[in-house]
Amino acid sequence: MAVFQLPEWMALAPALIMAATALALFVFDSISPRSTSRSLLAGTAAGGALVSLGVAVWFTVAGVGTPTIDGGRGEIEPIHGLVVDQLALYFMIIVAIVTALIAVASYDYLAGHTYQAEYYSLVMLAATGMSMMAAANSLVTIFIALELASLPSYALVAILKDNRGSVEAGLKYFLIGALSSAIFVYGISLVYGATGHLYLEDIAAVIEAGEADSYGGLLGLGILMLIGGFAYKTASVPFHFWAPEAYEGAPAPISAFLSSASKAAGFVIAFRVFTTAFPLEATRELIGVDWTLAFVILAIVTMTLGNFAAATQNNVKRMLAYSSIGHAGYALIGLAGLTADGGELVMGAAMMHLLVYGFMNTGAFLFVALAEHWGVGRTFEDYNGLSAQAPVACAALVVFMFSLAGVPPFAGFWSKYFLFTGAIGIGSTAMLVVAGALVVNSALSLYYYSRLVKAVLIEDPLPDRGVLDQPVGLYAAIIVAAVMTVALLAGFGPIADAATDAAAAALA
Amino acid sequence: MMIEILIAVALVGALVTFVAPNRIAGKLAFAISLVPAVLSLWMFTAFDGSGNALLDGTLAFESQYEWLQLGEYSISWFVGLDGISIPLVVLTTILVSLAIMSSWTPIDDRESQFYGLVLFIEANLIGVFSALDFFLWFIFWEAVLIPMYLLIGIWGGPRRKYAAIKFFVYTNVASLVMFGAFIALVFGLGDSVTSFALPEIATAMLNGGPDGFLGLEGTTLTSVVFVAMFLGFAVKVPVVPFHTWLPDAHVEAPTPASVLLAGVLLKMGTYALLRFNFTMFPGQVETYAVPIAAIAVISVIYGAMLALAQTDLKRIVAYSSVSSMGYVILGLIAYTQFGVGGATFQMVSHGFISGLMFMAVGVIYNATHTRLVTDMSGMADRMPVAVGILIAGAFGYMGLPLMSGFFGEFTIFFGAFGAEQLPYSQVFTSLAMFGIVIVAGYLLFALQRTVFGPYELETDYEVGRAPLHDVVPMFVLLGIIILLGVAPDLIFEMITDAVDPILNGGEL
Repeated sequence: MAVFQLPEWMALAPALIMAATALALFVFDSISPRSTSRSLLAGTAAGGALVSLGVAVWFTVAGVGTPTIDGGRGEIEPIHGLVVDQLALYFMIIVAIVTALIAVASYDYLAGHTYQAEYYSLVMLAATGMSMMAAANSLVTIFIALELASLPSYALVAILKDNRGSVEAGLKYFLIGALSSAIFVYGISLVYGATGHLYLEDIAAVIEAGEADSYGGLLGLGILMLIGGFAYKTASVPFHFWAPEAYEGAPAPISAFLSSASKAAGFVIAFRVFTTAFPLEATRELIGVDWTLAFVILAIVTMTLGNFAAATQNNVKRMLAYSSIGHAGYALIGLAGLTADGGELVMGAAMMHLLVYGFMNTGAFLFVALAEHWGVGRTFEDYNGLSAQAPVACAALVVFMFSLAGVPPFAGFWSKYFLFTGAIGIGSTAMLVVAGALVVNSALSLYYYSRLVKAVLIEDPLPDRGVLDQPVGLYAAIIVAAVMTVALLAGFGPIADAATDAAAAALA
Repeated sequence: MMIEILIAVALVGALVTFVAPNRIAGKLAFAISLVPAVLSLWMFTAFDGSGNALLDGTLAFESQYEWLQLGEYSISWFVGLDGISIPLVVLTTILVSLAIMSSWTPIDDRESQFYGLVLFIEANLIGVFSALDFFLWFIFWEAVLIPMYLLIGIWGGPRRKYAAIKFFVYTNVASLVMFGAFIALVFGLGDSVTSFALPEIATAMLNGGPDGFLGLEGTTLTSVVFVAMFLGFAVKVPVVPFHTWLPDAHVEAPTPASVLLAGVLLKMGTYALLRFNFTMFPGQVETYAVPIAAIAVISVIYGAMLALAQTDLKRIVAYSSVSSMGYVILGLIAYTQFGVGGATFQMVSHGFISGLMFMAVGVIYNATHTRLVTDMSGMADRMPVAVGILIAGAFGYMGLPLMSGFFGEFTIFFGAFGAEQLPYSQVFTSLAMFGIVIVAGYLLFALQRTVFGPYELETDYEVGRAPLHDVVPMFVLLGIIILLGVAPDLIFEMITDAVDPILNGGEL
């Protein structure tokens, strides 16, 4: 496209920059393996993520992937199997934001820790994988990107080698990950068997041409297995149960990373596969049922299970882990409502929610990181009265909690409202039930989110708590996340436009 | 631009105060709050609007910018003032300044956070009274809740946690009901509205109303929405039987929070009733006139009876607010110029009078550390000035001529007695008038026991004269109350100007 004067492979720059940063960190580690120069390592990682973010924003603003006047889709496909369009750039932005935030926060969290260079390079490698997931449009590249994101994540969860919880969490995460990868690959092979293609647009062409008519059952089974793979990556039912274990055992910044960026990346492949490869009408004729029905059920079950489980937790990190499952349920509404009429609004709303979630959920987990840094403990009671000693961080926590609950005046209100109206706008009975579930769950979630607010602000401080320091990196990341969560309330227009445009282009 | 400046000063002031040292926070917040107070007084003198903001009136200080466009509806930053809202904005800014000054004595813990929250509430209250887009209005509306929840929860009395959560749950559930109902209404209006601007929605309502939504007929939908919104706002007002959060919140809240709660937050409910229910649904107002009038009269009598049974001074004033708000509802449902105009006048008047009463009770409590009528007598002996003001405020409450309470209640009775639209209006009005007798009864009874007679105090505190900065705000309030009583046309003229179009169904 004309706006884009750079070589085509440069379109992948957001992912390439992440990869280059990871490699640079490896090089640094091999030159000086014992170095614990935190500012250099964290600075490099954060810098790489920010450059990636800047490039992705620049591409979006410059109009990469915008449908052209002559009817073209406007996307750039530098390599067969990787496409850069609005959808890809949008999710690359989310990944880069979360990566930058947790790189900055890890500066303090990892103080005095060995394996620092490894930590940052693994984070950047996982981020590379997530960015590529955003761009992958063939089942093979999707799987490769998925594994590139997953393998470093297993290591990151277990990186606190002396901590039993961390190692155990890493192992659980790995085992379930391996299982779901196997299911996912099996699903790919079934889809390939039914259609003879791996490239998403070719799959769609075969289905629409009716050439796979005799393999309807096979294809249906394949789709179901693919859904299993997404469910794992997005921490949705039925592959959600690793999330509380992994998030609780992992270092808190990694929990933030997995629950925000990794979840978003899981959603982008789901969006791309289901908008591109399996056209709703043609697939229904083939397999006899709408695949949206699966997502309707998953959305309701996931949000309800996540929220009810979160309401019963005593451990803050586990509460956030279950709340993260609940939010996966909200975002699944975007897939459940993927019909031709009004689908772009629902999918766009889910994308908006994931971006806002990238700030508010990352911020909430980083507050837990801060609490772990202080060593105040893990339960709600341990957090009692923290605001007396750390008012600014606790003010930020209030922002995150109420935004997660979807209460104004925070950005989470918009995305939840748009999910709600989007679902209502579809008008089908199933989507009305989904909308009802969203309201009930939101009301319930206010209970446990405000419980944390009550603990830090209203309860009396614990008597024997030491002096709490103010680590620069963690504070900076938390404050940036909080400011963005508030600022996006006012500046939601560009995000809403970008998300709905990307969704409309993907559905076209 | 002026409204934006008011809100911005309060918001930025809140942030500055939040990070300022505790030592200077009170004085700093007071200085900051003087800016909106003075500016709003200037706006009051320069007010050049006419008519009703929702019904083709000329707005003062109007500004409108597109905010979001999603699907078919646009959401905008749309603020402006008419004769109903500007007195309430002035009430807010003045009361906040005085409440801040009155907190210098009782608030001695985490001052910067306290005053920061008060200024934050001020910004949102100004927003509530000036916003003319539903979403903008709702964001401000909800944003008032969180800081008030914290003010009660952190700085409140012994049962503060219970009171804070009760306040939060009651008002939030009410907001949710109201929000859902209104959104359904807007969707039901279909193509006749393209935005959430309240004037546009009001026009569409008066030009035929909704076609139906989710299987409900247009007229059924209108009735359901009217009832749901009435219930939502009724909790906020509050009317019997939704009043039980109010005494708890008031008794536990620190004095300045009580001042704002009774003075301004309750008026949010009646203001919203006037703006939404009584402007957009003239047909339903007529249909439901009798039940609403019954609720109003029950609130008046039952609230006053409850006040009669209390021994805690603050509880007495709190329950009497329920009674006074009943008059406002009665005036609204009368649907005559004097009824609705008097109700609006009573909102402003009661804001100042109840603020004064809570301040006076607070000053006595600061000195005696008790609020129980049975614990003290002869306070006039030790605190002549503060007690004198308390007596003056009580007479204002009872409706002494030449004080604003008299004019408000008199016009309401006058307007309600001959109301054509309200069946049995004479019966309702006569019953409500009887409330005045009970008010006089409990106030005089409480005063007689606490203020007069020989000095006696059950607690071991040395009672001396109240400091100047406690007394000054009360004198200012008393001055305003008398000023409005002597010259009610200062605001009554602009109020009736804005009320008339409502009663004429949108025609001037």
